Amino acid sequence: MKQTELIPHLFRTEYRKIVSVLYKLFGMEHIEIAEDIVSETFLSASELWGLKGLPENPTAWLYTVAKNKTRDYLKHYSIFTQKISKEIKYSAETFHETEIDLSVKNINDSQLAMIFAVCHPCNTAEAQIGLALNLLCGFGAGEIANAFLTNKEVIYKRLQRAKEKLRTEKIKIEQPSLAEIDKRLPSVLLTLYLLFNEGYYSSNQDVSLRQDLCLEAMRLTYLLIENDYTNKPAVNALFSLMCFHSSRFEARINEDGSSILYEDQDTDLWNKELIEKGEYYLNLASCGDQLSKYHLEAAIAYWHTHKEDTRQKWEHVLQLYNQLLQIEYSPIAALNRTFALAKANGKKEAIAEAEKLSLTDNHLYYTLLGNLYTDVDNAKALEHYQKALSLTNSNSDKVTIERNVQKLKVESSSIQS
Amino acid sequence: MKDFLFLFRANGTPTGSPDEMQAMTKRWMDWIGGIAAQNKLGDRGNRLFPSGKVVKPGNIITDGPYSEIKESIGGYSIVKADSLEEATELAKGCPALTVGGSIEVREIREM
Repeated sequence: MKQTELIPHLFRTEYRKIVSVLYKLFGMEHIEIAEDIVSETFLSASELWGLKGLPENPTAWLYTVAKNKTRDYLKHYSIFTQKISKEIKYSAETFHETEIDLSVKNINDSQLAMIFAVCHPCNTAEAQIGLALNLLCGFGAGEIANAFLTNKEVIYKRLQRAKEKLRTEKIKIEQPSLAEIDKRLPSVLLTLYLLFNEGYYSSNQDVSLRQDLCLEAMRLTYLLIENDYTNKPAVNALFSLMCFHSSRFEARINEDGSSILYEDQDTDLWNKELIEKGEYYLNLASCGDQLSKYHLEAAIAYWHTHKEDTRQKWEHVLQLYNQLLQIEYSPIAALNRTFALAKANGKKEAIAEAEKLSLTDNHLYYTLLGNLYTDVDNAKALEHYQKALSLTNSNSDKVTIERNVQKLKVESSSIQS
Repeated sequence: MKDFLFLFRANGTPTGSPDEMQAMTKRWMDWIGGIAAQNKLGDRGNRLFPSGKVVKPGNIITDGPYSEIKESIGGYSIVKADSLEEATELAKGCPALTVGGSIEVREIREM
């Protein structure tokens, strides 16, 4: 790897590791100090490596320089000794001798501690996702703003408020206790799930950015799997779900960022390796006695890796949705369940059930009804599709609905002629 | 939204081939799933074992409720609805009705 590529690469992989150790060391009150030290470390690297050539082991070089800069910081700023050091684990005195621990274990522990601090429910889900990208993944406010399709100012303020909240709530960056893991893991998983969905379901045209969000969510979830204390069935189920979904990432997005419907996808583009990974982690998730919504969603996603349109497949999917809805209702699950019902039990029953849902402000509700009425009562199908069109703002959804409308019109005109 | 209790009464113990039993389970799951899809399921509830005891004044204990009630209670669920009429409407698709069972719908009065 050339030096011009190496530094951005190391920034992606090492920045977050070093900074999480320093976050934990300095505490929530002084996360900016940690960030400054690591940024300066990378700045030194880009200056010195250009002049003197690459060090033998660039990663070790970064770690050494980060440690030295941290020690210098502690030595030179007497204000730190007087005011801050009381709050951190070590006193400045012992700091000179204490090695700043950048071992794999301490890096992993620090990242885990940070995940639990960042995903604290004192902040809204939206703020937690922003914080996760900022503090755990090293994304700047600008990048996060691009991901959320908003401006940098909004994200900057959101991050500042969220960090302030963590400080006022006195959230510590520390290894969570076993009892705390049980209590807080669901909200951590929810944030990672939403982070993934932000990338996967976003209408953002920047495909590589969306993919990045998904990869970051997977990386953080994998961190929880690597740690014995957080390696729980629900975590494996969530990771499995992410593998199944991202196996279709290439196949479901056009070059222009618009989405390709499931039935039109080229299965050759499905990533077999990720599908196998998904199956592996779904198996690992199948122990214990707790069935999470991630288990059910992963199992549904598993069935969708089989494109064959068999009744047996849809019967499985229907039963999984039946269970999922009993754990947690969501309009989208209700609509998908009704689609599976049509495939498993027939359209007549599904139409009757669909009409009970009365999600009358949801364009997907009318898209479903349009689909169900097609070939049963095409005039009604058309009516529903048109209602769906009037309700949606999404361009890619409009294109899909228009296509269905055209199909119906062609069919009805060929019958008349 | 108010909470309503569904009390399922069966007419005798269920019989049938394993395939029929499986088909019956599916109908139950589809029915409950349909209520959940309308966001009207409060609590899926539970099924009850058929055997039990009945305690009466004077510490008189008898086996099972069968001798007293022809149809024994097989399980319960809680649904959410705006009115007794709406809750009753939800009960109409219950698979128990296809095998001679019945559902009692009662509004829950909070203590």
